[in-house]
Amino acid sequence: MTLTQSSIIPSKRLSAVHTDETEAAPPEQSKEWPFLHAPDALTQSSATVTKAGLRREVRIFLTNPNAIIGLVFLVTVIAVALAAPYLFPGDPLEMVARPFLWPGQNPAYPLGTDSMGRDVLAGIVHGARISLTVGIAATLIGLTIGVLVGAIAGYFGGVVDDVLVKLIEIFQTLPSFVLLVVLVAIAQPNVLTVTSAIGIITWPMVARLTRAEFRAIREKDYVLAARSLGYGHVRIVFREILPNALPPIIVTSSVMVAGAILMEAALSFMGLGDPNRVSWGSMIGAGRDVIRTAWYLTALPGLAIVFTVISLNLISDGLNDALNPRFSEERR
Amino acid sequence: MTLLSVRNLSTHYAGGRGTVRAVDDVSLTIEPGETVALVGESGCGKSSLGKSLMRLVEPTSGQVEFKGKDVTAMPARELRSLRRSIQMIFQDPFASLNPRQTIRTILTAPLKVHGVGDSKRRREIIESIIVQVGLPADSLDRYPHEFSGGQRQRIGIARALILQPELVVCDEPVSALDLSIQAQILNLLVEMKNKLSLSYLFVSHDLSVVRYFSDRVLVMYLGKIVESAPTAELWADPKHPYTRALLAAVPDPSRRKQAAPIAGDLPSPHNPPSGCRFHTRCPLATDLCRAQAPEHRLFGPAHAVACHHTN
Amino acid sequence: MTALLDVRDFSVAFGASQPVKGVSFTANPGEMLAIVGESGSGKSLTALGLIGLLPRHAKTGGEIRFDGRNLLGQSERDWRKIRGRDIGMIFQEPMTSLNPVLTVGEQITEVLRIHEHVDRKQARQRAVELLELVNIPEARKRVDDYPHQLSGGMRQRVMIAIGVACNPKLLIADEATTALDVTIQAQILQLLDNLRRDLNMAVILITHDLGIVAQWADRVMVMYAGRKVEEGLPEPVFTNPYHPYTRGLLGASPRAESGHHYRQGPLIEIPGSIVSATGEKGCAFRPRCPSAQASCGFAVPPLRQITEDRLAACPFTPTSFVSHVHDASLRS
Repeated sequence: MTLTQSSIIPSKRLSAVHTDETEAAPPEQSKEWPFLHAPDALTQSSATVTKAGLRREVRIFLTNPNAIIGLVFLVTVIAVALAAPYLFPGDPLEMVARPFLWPGQNPAYPLGTDSMGRDVLAGIVHGARISLTVGIAATLIGLTIGVLVGAIAGYFGGVVDDVLVKLIEIFQTLPSFVLLVVLVAIAQPNVLTVTSAIGIITWPMVARLTRAEFRAIREKDYVLAARSLGYGHVRIVFREILPNALPPIIVTSSVMVAGAILMEAALSFMGLGDPNRVSWGSMIGAGRDVIRTAWYLTALPGLAIVFTVISLNLISDGLNDALNPRFSEERR
Repeated sequence: MTLLSVRNLSTHYAGGRGTVRAVDDVSLTIEPGETVALVGESGCGKSSLGKSLMRLVEPTSGQVEFKGKDVTAMPARELRSLRRSIQMIFQDPFASLNPRQTIRTILTAPLKVHGVGDSKRRREIIESIIVQVGLPADSLDRYPHEFSGGQRQRIGIARALILQPELVVCDEPVSALDLSIQAQILNLLVEMKNKLSLSYLFVSHDLSVVRYFSDRVLVMYLGKIVESAPTAELWADPKHPYTRALLAAVPDPSRRKQAAPIAGDLPSPHNPPSGCRFHTRCPLATDLCRAQAPEHRLFGPAHAVACHHTN
Repeated sequence: MTALLDVRDFSVAFGASQPVKGVSFTANPGEMLAIVGESGSGKSLTALGLIGLLPRHAKTGGEIRFDGRNLLGQSERDWRKIRGRDIGMIFQEPMTSLNPVLTVGEQITEVLRIHEHVDRKQARQRAVELLELVNIPEARKRVDDYPHQLSGGMRQRVMIAIGVACNPKLLIADEATTALDVTIQAQILQLLDNLRRDLNMAVILITHDLGIVAQWADRVMVMYAGRKVEEGLPEPVFTNPYHPYTRGLLGASPRAESGHHYRQGPLIEIPGSIVSATGEKGCAFRPRCPSAQASCGFAVPPLRQITEDRLAACPFTPTSFVSHVHDASLRS
């Protein structure tokens, strides 16, 4: 009694049966209940199915004024950072005017110059490149490692989980900023090492979150269904579970970018940044000595950091409102 | 040839409060074309049994044979291809479909995984099955949340049947649905069974549905099958005191305003009673029942009862 | 006899949608009235309306006369005096409707102390009596248990004990036995039946289970898409249904006592789903009705007196309907 696939491909007989059924049920005549096996099919189009907004999350996000403010600011910062070589060609570390020009003193340098006569505006614009690059790249590294480790631990459970959880705990018990300083100090401080080091200290948070999500989603019926259909582990992890685990991870990642920007700034402030590149942190570090006389040298890059971080947090809040509780099942 | 035969299957869960013997030494068979119902109250192990015989939950001991092949000893790769032949329909149509996949993805994936046809052929198959389960032909590119419970259950049925299985385990497939939708789904299951010559293992707590839908009934209590009989025979002549109590508890207008319920609650599966597990609630219980678990005895060609006092 | 509860043209609206579209019914002391319907029929919202627990933004209309005064439109303060004292309610999910951090006794005494100003000792004594009333064995010991120490059936008994603690005149049971096993369900229904006799309390049983209605109710009303479509005594309604929806429901439910088997033929189906009622001009059941006429689309069919104790909202007499009361209005 082997069945061939052919029995469920469309056949004339089948479609004839369907047409008969729909015609056999004219509501006017039949007084008793007709047997309709598939009342919805063919007679009904899915236009009558309630059309829930496909991109509901996007809509919710875009109606959140705070999120929009954050998004607009961040997009501006990114645009400025991308345009930096055109806006301020040349090395921002070069001396261009006399030192300690206050903002507004010389229209050519609207935000003034620092103790070495470097253009503060050029520094902030070029610094945005480093801050954002490091912030985003470090987050991507942290996310990749964290999601992989968390997914494996949460999905497989058992001994694998025990081992990976121990690893996560080791990382989390070490004071992360100290670890960061040590890592950067051992390697040569440049953009690559700073980025990697930040990625390495942030992944455990992602891993914990991913693991928790995977453990919960692993128990869902649709994952059981996937197993009952004979899907492999890779497919179940990446196609079935991960898309459903993503929303909280996405929310976290925007906060992680903000965190990474702050860490990079802190490293540069301590002189552990890339010495050949200007960054917001290094500008604050350089302005620290003259904070009493020329406070704007610390305040301006500081404000750049504050606003960028706030905008990322606003975006994160907006994402959180839009994505969680995610895909709320609308039972009517 | 017997389609599925289960011998002495046990599934135990290690829990915080000790082992739960969800399925304890259960044997059963399913013949081709047969609908076997598995009935019992919550916590009796009926869902665990359904999942164990598909090895979605690993059984602790015992043997499951599908068309003569030992499922319990099968390596993972072979098991995956066996999954084509044994499929499952789930209770909750809201939880059993991945909310982030379109119906097309949900239905295409099983075909892809098992290498059925090329992409054109796969499209033909899903377009055909979606109409066969009674969904609008243009629903393929929509997401599950756009459908009602009954429609989602149709999608679940399409997914289970798309690989042309021979046995389908239906885990309470209509208990989450509204009454008028239940009938639609039951009729659809019957029609698909006839069209594809399927066998069903129908797990349910709803005796009225079971009476309509099954050929043979297995009654389960705390991990054990206590009675097994052809459907009509079970209703005409229930032998196990638990079966009688279950049948008597089904609301029936002919018993206006008087229940004949069995007293007491279901004992905890963590710590099942000794001997016959039903003795704590059984009106016929004696010392023998407390001391010794009853063996299955035959009362007719297909009627087995595990009770010391049946005669 | 004036009814204890007299609901007149009660409606509930959320913005443009009106899930309850004007229902009228009465309940007498000691009577068990069943309200039957699918999800989307408005039965649960009606129940919540009776006890003033609708969401704040819900707009209600009509009248709920309880013991001679209209409850609708009274202040939250006045509602609180009625809830728990004059009208009790038990919900479907005994797991979530009990507070997990309070003992059973504390939860019962809380109601008593709010409404009856008894002292702690009396309240505790009464709590034990109530647990005995709902047949909980070893009530004196159980009174100090936490909800998680009890089984589902026991919890629902506790919910009933809380519901009847102040001798309410009306108890609303919203799908109170749906989550329970069939043997436990029978016990709980028997308990409710005894209690309403002993306490002379009206019980409104909200359910989708026709078997329960047939066995336990004194009167049944069938709701569809926010309206009452049929009302009568259970026995005649179920053996001789008038409204096509009631007929459909009965045909669609496999009933053990009928002995119908799948090999003998399919169940009778009601095609489509209740969603098709949205935006329907005339009879809400028209899109699914086998005997619908063009005239059904013009206006909502009013409830008609079919026999002495039967109401139905369908203008056509079904061929299967056999009436023992041949009154003139029916023949014309």
